[in-house]
Amino acid sequence: MAQKKAMLIDITMCIGCNACQDGCKVANNLPEGAEKRLSPTAFTALEEHDGTFVRRLCQHCQVPTCVSVCPVGAFTKTADGPVLYDAEKCIGCRYCMQACPFRVPRYEWKSTHPRVQKCIFCYTRLAQGKQTACAEACPTGATKFGDRDELIAEATRRMTAEPGKYTPKIFGQEDVGGTSVLYLSPVPFEQLGFDVKLGKEPMPDLTMVAMEKIPNVVTVGGVMLGGIWWITKRRDEVHKHEGSQKPTSKKQDHQ
Amino acid sequence: MRSFALPRITVWRTIATVLITAGVIAAVLRFTLGLGATTNLTDEFPWGLWIGFDFLGIGLAAAGFTIVAAVHLFHAEDYEPIVRPALLTAFIGYSLVVLVLVIDLGRPDHFWHPLVMWNPHSVMFEITWCVILYTTVLSIEFAPIVLEKFNMHAPIKWIHTFSLPFMIVGVLLSTLHQSSFGSLYLIVPNRLHPLWYSPLLPILFFTSCIASGISMVILETLILSRNGRTLLPPALRANLAKITAVALAVYLVIRFQDLIGRGAYHSMAALNYHTIAFYFEVVVGFVIPLALLMFSGVRNSRRGLYCVCIMVLAGFAANRMNTAITGMEVYPTRTYFPSLIEILIMLGIAAIGFSAFSLIAGYLPIFKPEPVEPQVADEPWIQTLAPETHA
Repeated sequence: MAQKKAMLIDITMCIGCNACQDGCKVANNLPEGAEKRLSPTAFTALEEHDGTFVRRLCQHCQVPTCVSVCPVGAFTKTADGPVLYDAEKCIGCRYCMQACPFRVPRYEWKSTHPRVQKCIFCYTRLAQGKQTACAEACPTGATKFGDRDELIAEATRRMTAEPGKYTPKIFGQEDVGGTSVLYLSPVPFEQLGFDVKLGKEPMPDLTMVAMEKIPNVVTVGGVMLGGIWWITKRRDEVHKHEGSQKPTSKKQDHQ
Repeated sequence: MRSFALPRITVWRTIATVLITAGVIAAVLRFTLGLGATTNLTDEFPWGLWIGFDFLGIGLAAAGFTIVAAVHLFHAEDYEPIVRPALLTAFIGYSLVVLVLVIDLGRPDHFWHPLVMWNPHSVMFEITWCVILYTTVLSIEFAPIVLEKFNMHAPIKWIHTFSLPFMIVGVLLSTLHQSSFGSLYLIVPNRLHPLWYSPLLPILFFTSCIASGISMVILETLILSRNGRTLLPPALRANLAKITAVALAVYLVIRFQDLIGRGAYHSMAALNYHTIAFYFEVVVGFVIPLALLMFSGVRNSRRGLYCVCIMVLAGFAANRMNTAITGMEVYPTRTYFPSLIEILIMLGIAAIGFSAFSLIAGYLPIFKPEPVEPQVADEPWIQTLAPETHA
């Protein structure tokens, strides 16, 4: 099995040069021009929080919410990490956008044949043994591409080497069951717009709690409804039987 | 009575025609210009008014499965006269919801994909299949009414031989997808306001749809029991009101137990954008109707029931819209208000629903027995309630 690939984004090293977005746009044939936010034409973007740059992109979750919610299975999680989208399958229900815990998927609202757009982790480059375009373009090493386990070890090394420099957490190591994009931050993550309350449990588990009850609802419910039908029918028959006897016996009495 | 050469022009027909025409024009614009140009939906707010309307339509159409279960499965045969109106409501409700869904889809040309491309982990997939299958079941349940109109009695008998399993399946499918509309939101604990997010959303959605479905039936019996026709005797109508009261009470117990259990009651104290919506929903739609239904005077009065049912339906609508829209808003940074085109399409579709009901009810034998002029003697319920007088 292929090693899980990941990217480590060290926010302390980012200088906001936007080379990642430029590299991404070239690699994915997206229209040129710097964009400050994620969009159908920007799979990654640098969001500024008081002079600190946070690079946003699809987190490529280990247990992706989008893969779980899509009714037609337009999203797939590949063995080495990337979460991919198939516009040919997509019906445009936008449940992925509604459910994504990181609010990543963007929609081509202006089109009459819209697609969902998001980072594809340069999966074709990965297949050729290359790294992601954004990691390759990064001049400072703020984005590092590699095996997920190694990057977590690397992040831990950096934190122990310079404890004062980082907030003691690797975002994405365990959040929503772990993601393929890992962050190190100089300040607590919530100050940079991260949602730290998502928990360690993968989001799809929340749905499965309800979904796994369906077979029981069907079998128990079916038997119960059938039983009620049978009992109430019998009750009416008995009622009719007793009811029809009494008047006839009365009539006989009268005669 | 119904043999006019030209339909009469009435206020309601005029309004319906205007709304449907506007809706059709809005729909044409939506398909030619795309969602971005015609709606206020955004990446931040990808689901809006139409999804809320779907929840609403499905909830009102719950009239169908509750009454079928009561009459045909639980043998409460006194309620037989309202089975057909309830089935018609459900059939129209589901058809319109499917129509709204297709308009809402970004790729309506791909609407058939869930039939062949499966993802059983998806609540949306489950709902799609339940709605498709249940609409099929509804067609089978509705078919005898159409066949009766054309005097084709052989197929009616044939349908009757296998109707029981279909009715059971119909009730099960309804139970599943009514609750699954709540399950759609289980995956967004980080987005939905704690006053509406709950792990019990599927149970809450199911319980409230019973209340709204029965209220819809009561409202129909009230509206349709006019001009010398009594669809359902007042005593049975009052019994239906009792069922609504029980459903409302059960709902409130679960809702508040859950709010307290999760500690969400903390966010109830302040008066803000979300709590105002919450209090309107719970007080007007659930608490006041429940309190009113405690009085037999209300249950037995037409006007009282009208008020209660409209409140229950308004509260139900508020609950679904709050879950779909208000609860997902972050006031004032991330809010949503539907565009004119979204509203016109919704109103047009609602108008299609009401018009379809009145047209079909006028054409097919929805009311058994057919409307009659003399009021007392031909009422079948008097015979069933007081058989002694005939003996």
